[in-house]
This record gives sequence, C-alpha cells and structure tokens, in this order.
Amino acid sequence: MLVTALPAPTTVAYEAVIGLEVHAQLRTRTKIFCGCPTDFGAAANAHVCPVCLGLPGALPVLNAEAVQMAVRAGLATGCEVQARSVFARKNYFYPDLPKGYQISQADQPVCVAGHLDIGDACRLDINDGASGAPRRIGITRIHLEEDAGKSVHGEGGVHASFINLNRAGVPLIEIVSEPDLRTSEEAVTYLRELRAILVYLGVCDGNLDQGSFRCDANVSVRPVGQQRLGTRCEIKNMNSFRSVRDAIDYEIARQTALCRVGERIAQQTRLWNQELARTEPMRSKEESHDYRYFPDPDLLPLRIDEAVFRALAATLPELPAQKRTRLQRDLGLSAAVAATLCEEPQRVDRFEAALGTNPDPKQASALAHFLMAQVAGALNRMEQRSWDDVAAAMPELLTLCERWRSGGLSNKMLAEVLQQAFLSENPLPDALLAAMAQAGSVVRDEGAVQAAVDQVLAAHPKELQRYRGGQTQALGFFIGQVMRRLAGKGDAALVTDVLKRRLDG
Amino acid sequence: MLHAALSLPGAPAVMGVVETAHAIAAGAVRASDVAAAALARIDAFEGDLHAFLHVDRTGALAAAERVDADRRAGLPLGPLAGVPVHIKDMIAVAGMPLTAGSKMLAGWTPPLDATVVARLRAAGAVLIGKTNQDEFAMGSSNENSAFGPSRNPWDRTRVAGGSSGGAAAATAAGLGCGGLGTDTGGSVRQPAALCGVVGFKPTWGRVSRAGVVAFASSLDQVGTLTRSVADAAALYTAIAGSDPLDATSDPRPVADCAADLTEAKDLRGVRLGVPIEYLDAADGLDAGVRQRIEEALATLAQRGADVRRVSLPHVRFGIAAYYLVCTAEASANLQRYDGVRFGHRAALAPGATLDSLYATSRGEGFGPEVKRRILLGTFALSAGFHDAYYRKACQVRRLVHDDFARALRDCDALVGPTSPVCAWPLGAHAHDPLAMYLMDIFTVSANLAGLPALSVPAAPHPASALPVGLQFVGRAFDEASLLRVAHAFEAARGPCAWPAPAARSE
Repeated sequence: MLVTALPAPTTVAYEAVIGLEVHAQLRTRTKIFCGCPTDFGAAANAHVCPVCLGLPGALPVLNAEAVQMAVRAGLATGCEVQARSVFARKNYFYPDLPKGYQISQADQPVCVAGHLDIGDACRLDINDGASGAPRRIGITRIHLEEDAGKSVHGEGGVHASFINLNRAGVPLIEIVSEPDLRTSEEAVTYLRELRAILVYLGVCDGNLDQGSFRCDANVSVRPVGQQRLGTRCEIKNMNSFRSVRDAIDYEIARQTALCRVGERIAQQTRLWNQELARTEPMRSKEESHDYRYFPDPDLLPLRIDEAVFRALAATLPELPAQKRTRLQRDLGLSAAVAATLCEEPQRVDRFEAALGTNPDPKQASALAHFLMAQVAGALNRMEQRSWDDVAAAMPELLTLCERWRSGGLSNKMLAEVLQQAFLSENPLPDALLAAMAQAGSVVRDEGAVQAAVDQVLAAHPKELQRYRGGQTQALGFFIGQVMRRLAGKGDAALVTDVLKRRLDG
Repeated sequence: MLHAALSLPGAPAVMGVVETAHAIAAGAVRASDVAAAALARIDAFEGDLHAFLHVDRTGALAAAERVDADRRAGLPLGPLAGVPVHIKDMIAVAGMPLTAGSKMLAGWTPPLDATVVARLRAAGAVLIGKTNQDEFAMGSSNENSAFGPSRNPWDRTRVAGGSSGGAAAATAAGLGCGGLGTDTGGSVRQPAALCGVVGFKPTWGRVSRAGVVAFASSLDQVGTLTRSVADAAALYTAIAGSDPLDATSDPRPVADCAADLTEAKDLRGVRLGVPIEYLDAADGLDAGVRQRIEEALATLAQRGADVRRVSLPHVRFGIAAYYLVCTAEASANLQRYDGVRFGHRAALAPGATLDSLYATSRGEGFGPEVKRRILLGTFALSAGFHDAYYRKACQVRRLVHDDFARALRDCDALVGPTSPVCAWPLGAHAHDPLAMYLMDIFTVSANLAGLPALSVPAAPHPASALPVGLQFVGRAFDEASLLRVAHAFEAARGPCAWPAPAARSE
C-alpha cells in the first residue's frame, strides 16, 4: 500500500477512496434499439440502419435480450431489480453520436443496491494460506444504455476524420460501485471478479483489448480517519488490469503529494497515458457538459414483472465464488489455484470435464497443480499459446499429467513435451499427443543405468573422492551427470538407487 | 354539395374518401381518371395556394393504373383503392423528398415509408404528394415554412393555419380526397378549423409515429384531414393500430370506425361537457366564433345530447406547460440535424472546427422559430433551470391530464371551439410569437392529456363567412365514440353554403 507506507513522523497518513464505473458490452445478437447485428470486426458502417443512423422518423424499440442480460447481471451481484425503470436522453453533440443524444438510464436504473465480495478467495496474487476477511464492495447501480460509434482520425495519412457507426447502438450495462475500494489492488480484484461474473453469465465476453469490458475510476484521497471525501478525479483510458492498477497508483501518489504541500485537488477528468505512465488532464472543454437528461418519450418506462424476474433468477449459473468454494472443498484445491482456474468459465469447465463426473480429489489436485506450475510456466515462456488453447487440450494434459506423476516421464521429458507442443503450429491437443509419442519412455533397464553410473564415476574421480570423504551433497551432482548420459530419460528413483549402492557399497 | 363549387369544368365532381373508394370499387369511375383529376386540380389551384412541397405525378398515375389493372383482373381491392391522398411533409414516403418544411432537409429523400404511409399504400390509396407545413411543424399559420406559406382557399390573403396548413388547404380545395397531417399542439385541428375541413387527432399511441419526423415525441400524433367525419374514420381505420417499429404504439385492437358510424344520428343519452374555460370564461374568444359555437351546442342539445358545463381548472396553464414540454423535447429531437450525416452542411474553409461545422450548418439550416424553440427547450432542460421549468411543466401536464380524466368520467366527450379566431391575414402575427402561441390555447391540452380530439366545421363566421371549427375531445382509445358524436353533429348541421374559394381570391 503505497500511501500508508509513506507517513513520516511529521506527516499525516492519507488513504485513497476509489469507486469504479464499468461499461460492459452485452453479448446480444442484435443492437439495443434496432435489429442490426453486434458482431465485432465487420466492414465500417456495414451494421447500420435508419434507427442506429438516427435518420429522421426512426424510433428505438428495446431489445428484450438486453434487458434480460442486465437483470441477470443485477441478480448475480445481489442487486434489487426495479419493477419500473426509465430510459432518458443524455444530450451532447459528437459526430459518432448520430441522434445527438445517447439513450441511457439516469435517475431510475434497472438495478440498484447490490454488492460484490472481494477477498482472498478471488485474489490471484496471494500466497496460499494467507488469511483475510472478504470485503463487501457496494454496487450503487446497474443501468442499460447504448454505445456510441467510433471516430477514427487521420487514417491512412488523410487529414480527415472517419465515423464508423457499427458500434452505435450496441447494448452496454454500466455498473457503478460505491466508493468502497481503498487500493489499486482491491480495485483490480473487484474488476477481475466482476468480469468473471459477467463472463460466467454469458452476458459479456470480458474482452478488455476490444473494449467490451472497460473501466473508469474515480479516485480521491483523504487523511486517515476523516469521514468527508476528498475532491475526486475521474480517470479514463485504461484498457488492461495493469493500466488500472498503475493509473490508480499514480493518481493516489499525485493527489497525496499535492495534499502534503497543501494544494487543492482540482475536480477533473484525467486520461491515463500508457507510454508516459501518468494521468493527464482532459481539456476542460471536453468535460464541461450539461447533459440535460430527461425521460425519452420514444420509450415507455421499462416494467419487469415478478414472473420474469423469477424466471431469470432460475437461469443463473454457478458463479465464480460458488465454484471456487466447491473446488476447494470437494477437490482440495488451494485458494490461488481455484482462483486462477475459475477466472474463465471455459477454463474451469474443461478442467472439470476432463476429470469426469466423479473426480478423484487426488487426481484433480494433481492436475490443478500441474496446470498452475508446469503448464502456466510454459504459457509464460511461450506466448503463442493461451489459456483458451490449454482449456481445449484439457484431456490430453490430464493424460500427460498422469504419465508424469506415475513416473512415466521425467521432469526434463515433461518440459520437452510441453515445449515441443507449445511451439508446434498444430492445435494443442494434436501437438501434445505427437510430442508425447516422440518422448519415448523412461529408461528402466538396470544394466543401462549401471553402465551410465560406471562411466560417470570413472570420469569424475575427484568428486567421487570428495563424496567418500563425507561430502554426501555431491550425490545431486552425480544424479545430474547420470541423467545427462541417459538423455534425461532415466527413471529418477532407479538412478538414485543404483548410484547410492555404488557410492556407499 | 359542400364542395360542388370547387369543381373545374369537365372534371369529375370532387368526391370524398368513402365516395371515391365506392365509385372506383363499383366501376363507376376509373382510379386513373380520379388521379388525373386530382392532379389537374392541383395544377389549377397550386399557384394560388402553395399547398404542396412535392407533387408525384408519375407515381400517382402509376399507382392509380395498378388499381385499375387489379380491378380489371378481378383482384381484391383495398378499402382505399384509388383514393388520392396527400401526406404532410413530416411523414416519410419512400422515394419522395422530405423537407419537414425546412431548408435543413432540402434535398433529402427517406429510404423507407412511414408505417402510416405503408398502411395507406396497402389499403390501395394513391399518394399524390407532400403538403406544405411550418418548419418542423413549429407554427400555427404555415408562415414558418422555409418554402413560403400555404394560403387559405377561402381567402388567399389569409393564413391556412398550421402547422398542417398545406394539408388543410389542399383538402378544402379538393386537391385529393384528404390526407395525413401531424398534430403536436393542434397542428391538424387548427388548420382544419381555419380551412373548413375535418381534422382528427387520435389518442397518443394509437397511430404509429415510425417514419414521422419528431418534433415533440410525447405530444406528436399523426392525424387526418378530410372533408367529412366519415372520411376521417376511413383514413383513421386504415392507419391506426400497434406497430412493432414504435414502442409507444398501443396494442389495443382498433374498431372499424368507418363501419361504426350509425345512420341514426341521434345523440340521446350522450353527455357532452362544455369546459367553461373554453367558452364562458375564455379570454380572446372572437364574438362571432362564440356565437357559432353556442349555436352548435344548441344543435347538439336539439339532437338529444345532455350538454352541460364542466371545469378544467388547470388548462389555463396548458399553453405554458405545452411550450416548455414541446420545446424541451424538440431541442433533443433536432440535435440529429448537425450537418454530419444528412441534411444541410455548411460550406466551410479547410481546417474549420467541429463546433463551427455544427453552429454554421444549424445556423443556416434552421429558421428563426425553430431556433427560438431549440433555445427555449435547451434552457428549460439546463442544469439549474430543469426543475423550475421542464419538471414543473411535467407536473402541470399531469394536472391537466387529471382534469380531463375527471371531466370525462361524467361526460362522454367535451366540446368547445377549436380556435379562438378565424383565419387571420398573412403576416398579422408574424412578429409576435407569443400571440401566435396563444392561437393553440384550446388545442394543446388534448395533446398534453394524450386524448383523441377532432375539429369539425360549424356554421361559418357571421361577419366574415370564414370557417369556424367545433372541437370534440374524447376518452383515450375511444375514437369510435368521438367519431360517432362528431358525425351526428355534422349531419345535424347540414351542408354549409360557403362561398367558392376562387370568389375571394380577387
């Protein structure tokens, strides 16, 4: 914790107060107010119609699927779903906003008063066994709105701006947290958990790069113990969890430094500059909007009756927190391993599928640790493969893990299999099968092992002398040399056994 | 016949919607002859009236010939087969230019039919053109049309009313059998009253607004301009009913009002409320208009109606509330005219800013009344003023709505004048927007309350002989009863011996 680590005897300790606004793009098939498709990556302005172009006379008609998704997101975050909510017009001029207003929900959103628990269970960066009470972060509201289009400036060296309205009218939910977060680490934990929930629900693909899950942060600082909130700044333009963490840390440090020298914090919107690793004020003109909200007369108030609400509640899947708890309880997984596995529903689903209906806890735990250690390590070293590939190859990885655990593969052989498979251009399951076939098997022929041991001892008389002189730690050296002669395929137990008999005998 | 005097030598007599549909269906007249006659009348009158912004000769004749071909082939004909109708320029007709009376949209052609237009086509109607209007329907005289005002067929030195002035003038002059207008604060009923025709605004939500240029969405409603109540019922029946393209359109089924008009034009048992605020206590009500309205009330009583006084205590705030709600909504509705994607774009020097593109395009494209209303509405919604103006207006609107709901519990319909005065000389209020706003005093409340309302000609003014309109306001979604009452009054009133339009044009 950057701030509370700072206080010197003469200075006050400051704490940060952070609230997050998340915009999540809903995975509806069509836009929120018209029938245009929402697919990403189509040719510019291919997915437009009179409604999302804002042509005179075109009227919005609400997409029921978007409402269902917003309600499910609310139910999964403990929100009260409102029986009546209202769409409003948020008025401002911008070329990628065809109607000159965005249809959004203002003072009567669809969901209010929810919460999200963050705690050790969902943190990825903690050591196993660390303890700490989960923290409950309030969710002020979730509301439905339409996305704007996209402006592209100066593309292809042309001094002009281009407007792509494919995204105009794509449904979003905005999820606003209470200012309950205190550190950048908490903020990122909250975001990861929220993202996982939305992805589990199938309402958002959670893609930060493509902007389908984006976040703005409101950050202020105040002396520890003060109730009143400090002046906040809103930070935009963060497109990864890392940039959220860095931007918040930068902002806390900036505001704290200003407070320490007695300067006022100006309330403003700031943009995170990734290259320069700092926040910069937006031009004040861009933020001095009076949006002149009023209810959109083209849309009647949204009414959600009890039956719909109940039906949607029944469709909620097992959520990340529930799944983590179950995997820890039933399969004995550690909190960190469960958290990493559960971050993506596809990952954990394939994991569970590979283990079958009645998983053996030992086998499950072994596979989980195998994934988190060996496989995650290989993923880190070889960026061409992703967790999605891993999830797709779960049955093959289970086979590999079993072979390794039963001694059928040495550590070195395992590493080679993974490397070969990860570097292959074939699909990971095929690549793994091929690499395993090539790996051959462990040398269990005692004669071959003895021959190798003899050669090693003959080649290293000094080390032999030292060992016999009592420096038994040299055993490791001999094992390594023998394994090298066996091209890494020696059965480790057999090699140790033969060596010990020779050395000690 | 009311409009016999309008006939041109050699042309078929001017017939109404129902009469024309029957004549064509019976083979008494060909649709292409009816269309040709309508176009000939447009040629004869349009120079004086300027009722149209676009006339689609080719399209009208082609559509009429298709009706004739269908009939020859023995195919079933729609209820409006071959009936020539005109469409206010607020309403999209695919392939015809749409300006909404504004330079902002000059040269723009919508890609699709409005739902009401598609329904008229499906019923077999022949679309003859787009009628003139105040810019974006903002006005009560048609003088705010960027393309010059329509003139009143009864006296061409006078206004046709607004904003659907072109539609009212065209209907009165027999240029087509009738047409569609839009009514936000009286824009169908008031010009109907000033031009001596029937103007009918259904309940908000009854007729789809999809494809209709928005002025003030919570008040806008498509209505009809015709020469009889039966014709209004026929057009209304063709266009009404829920529409998947308009989320505010109501799902309730629509009665066939055209078939529903009984021959027995008896009003026994019908309770009609006369709001004292619209007659006895109305400021600015012309004495001759008052006389004709009181005579009309006597006629209604003679036919058996129970005519009684009622009070709508909050309608005196109606105009103020109306001009806040409509301008607030208009300020947002008109933001899409920014010079970026369609409509007028200012010619700017390279390197001009985005703000100057907006300001110059809108400054050049919009007329003074539109600018005034955008400014008023933007102000009414602004931070710091929102509660005092927009929000307060919405509260008043609710009170007006409740006044009507209370009065309509004890009455089947309310009745009073449509306009406080007859058609006034062109230019008389051109520099006094407030005086112009007050012309809507009796019509805006039906829009605030969302209720169906209809203006039907009473006897002409005792001094000027200009048309006087009698307004009925009914219960929400009970257009059938409202049309029955108006139809009974029309029959009791009998034909009016009005002067031929041309006689007053000299």
